[in-house]
Amino acid sequence: MRRIVVPLLTMLIGLFVWSGEAVAFCGFYVGKADTKLFNKASEVAIARHDNKTVITMANDFKGDVKEFAMVVPVPTVLEKEQIHIGDPAVLKHLADYSAPRLVEYFDENPCRRDDMLQDRMGAMKSMAPAAAEAKRERDQVLGVTVEAQYLVGEYDILILSAKESAGLETWLTENGYKIPNGASAVLHSYLKQNLKFFVAKVNLGEQAKLGLTHLRPLQIAFESPKFMLPIRLGTVNADGAQELFIYFLTKQGRVETTNYRTVRLPEAQEIPLYVKDKFGDFYRDLFTQQVKRESERGVFLEYAWDMNWCDPCAANPLSAEELRGLGVFWQDSLGGPQRGRSMPMAQSVFLTRLHVRYDAAHFPEDLMFQETSDRSNFQARYILRHPWTGTDECAAATAYRQQLRERYEREAQTLATLTGWNIGEIRKMMNIAAVPTVEGKKWYQQLWAN
Amino acid sequence: MNFKRLTTQLSAHDPRLYQIASLSTLLLYGLGWLRFDVSLIQIAITIGTALLTQHAGTRFCNLPAFDPKSPLISALSLCLLLRTDHLAVAALASFVAISSKFVIRWKNKHVFNPTNLALVVMIGSGLGWISPGQWGQVAWFGFLVACLGSLVVTRAARADVTLAFLTFYVGLLFARAFWLGDPLTIPLHQIESGALLIFAFFMISDPKTTPDSRAGRMVFALIVALAAIYVQFGFFRPNGPLWGLIVCAPFVPLIDRLLPAVRYDWSRTTTGQPSVPVPLALSLHPQRRFS
Repeated sequence: MRRIVVPLLTMLIGLFVWSGEAVAFCGFYVGKADTKLFNKASEVAIARHDNKTVITMANDFKGDVKEFAMVVPVPTVLEKEQIHIGDPAVLKHLADYSAPRLVEYFDENPCRRDDMLQDRMGAMKSMAPAAAEAKRERDQVLGVTVEAQYLVGEYDILILSAKESAGLETWLTENGYKIPNGASAVLHSYLKQNLKFFVAKVNLGEQAKLGLTHLRPLQIAFESPKFMLPIRLGTVNADGAQELFIYFLTKQGRVETTNYRTVRLPEAQEIPLYVKDKFGDFYRDLFTQQVKRESERGVFLEYAWDMNWCDPCAANPLSAEELRGLGVFWQDSLGGPQRGRSMPMAQSVFLTRLHVRYDAAHFPEDLMFQETSDRSNFQARYILRHPWTGTDECAAATAYRQQLRERYEREAQTLATLTGWNIGEIRKMMNIAAVPTVEGKKWYQQLWAN
Repeated sequence: MNFKRLTTQLSAHDPRLYQIASLSTLLLYGLGWLRFDVSLIQIAITIGTALLTQHAGTRFCNLPAFDPKSPLISALSLCLLLRTDHLAVAALASFVAISSKFVIRWKNKHVFNPTNLALVVMIGSGLGWISPGQWGQVAWFGFLVACLGSLVVTRAARADVTLAFLTFYVGLLFARAFWLGDPLTIPLHQIESGALLIFAFFMISDPKTTPDSRAGRMVFALIVALAAIYVQFGFFRPNGPLWGLIVCAPFVPLIDRLLPAVRYDWSRTTTGQPSVPVPLALSLHPQRRFS
């Protein structure tokens, strides 16, 4: 008995002591996939800690701003101070920072590989960062209460509560908000759940005064145990699926959906060199393939990383100020005395980026989230590996050249599987046929190396 | 006729063998197709620690024989549900699960379902998490069929508590949807969780931690379902059933006192009702069964 127990206990104790070492990725960052690749894409950043939540909402609204209106169910009646206008540049920065990325490696001279292996691993380091009365009567008839009304930046904002959804729908329509048919049932459900409605329209006068041509993101801050994103209103009348990017800034770790599958995108795959010029297309098609693979019901993880560092960095790390702008309230204030550290780095912020393509059929319920204690790093990263083109001759070089064609074929297959592109086209683009085959020595000739 | 004979033969076996088979199959499917975030080493450690703890407990409490089946079921359930970055946490969870059976006891019955307790401790302490949305429709439906099938085949002792809980819980979800005017796709989507099935078929049904009488089990299933719904829609927290069960488990001794019946023994496959009348006084004698 003791013979079994002692080694087992040793192993268990060993495990408690053991801790995984973060392995730095080697390779050089060459490109990223922009969120602008996707049509009808909305972006939401959620900073959350201890039920305190700041949501930044942006969408790529392209029509006449007169037509723009946003109706968002919110858990509480918001004060004016709880509503803010975000900086689109910061959101863009966050998107760039967490975007799927392309990196490249260069094969070394196989004749010298052994010598260099040690040096290379040593040299790689992580990159550190860093009307009034009549109107009121009408409102009462419809059972709609305007809880609050604010002008924030270029937006007219109303916080509405209502007794019943039909009244709310009529009120919104009468007040010039375009509500899709069938929204009534969803509004009804939200009302029963005691949610209020945050309604935003563009105030044209203010917008002209501010000299803005685009719509800036709206931010709301509130405290609620509900960690969710209402998507049902958006699916009511949407023609086709919609694209949503969600960036979570949390203290503890990665965020995932609790009512849909959160799936990691395939990563660290070696793909043909020519993809460098069409990385956007590659990524868009890869994403579509993955959506199909998950029967259009998946939520995809694109990035999960402690904001203290990145490797490779697709953009400069966000400053503490930028993070504060996005709602990260739990970091030490920059204005206060610095505690020892000279670099104001993003401490205790974990970034999770989710990407979802949703429609009513496959996403009947709102997205529910949970913050996990998972701090393991993940990024959607794809690799270009440049072959060594030197002319040195040695046994290793011969073997290297022989496996090159096989490697290209493997890369072609990977690309075809990931994107659904035609394998014949890929081979043509790669010009595999032109890769010289080192005319085969028989296996027994290679066996004794001469 | 043949089917009947087959089921009679099969039900002669310990129902836990079927449970082990269906949990193992699901774990393999999860690893191979659903890309579960659990490594082989984590599985080995979870199972190893569970067996080791059971072995130690058996010796320490002078039990007649080491029985690996129950710890194996607990370990497999943990592998399916618990996610963590650290192997040590997996080992700790396994240890908490099995050792709780030997330590937290009331009148010779353990109070908490081992897996349930370990999961709640790990989530509550922030050491691990459960990913309830990771199952997908195919796995969920397949698993549901397997679970229901095993109830029929094994004439499982505590099918009543499983079915009662599912009826109450699913009924409450549908009632809520009806009240909100939501489409039926929403409650149907809400029950599509593998964690719910593992909970209903493997945790709440544990004969060692459920009330002894059938009436008691019905009451128990109802209060667990109510607590689960409240956690989900009152506190807005995931994993409602797990929290529901842990909160309601301490009431089992009380229910047993109000609605007494004969204690369950794994070696007999019964429907929970005694096949031969056994004097109630039996439960007053110390019975050392820890499996």
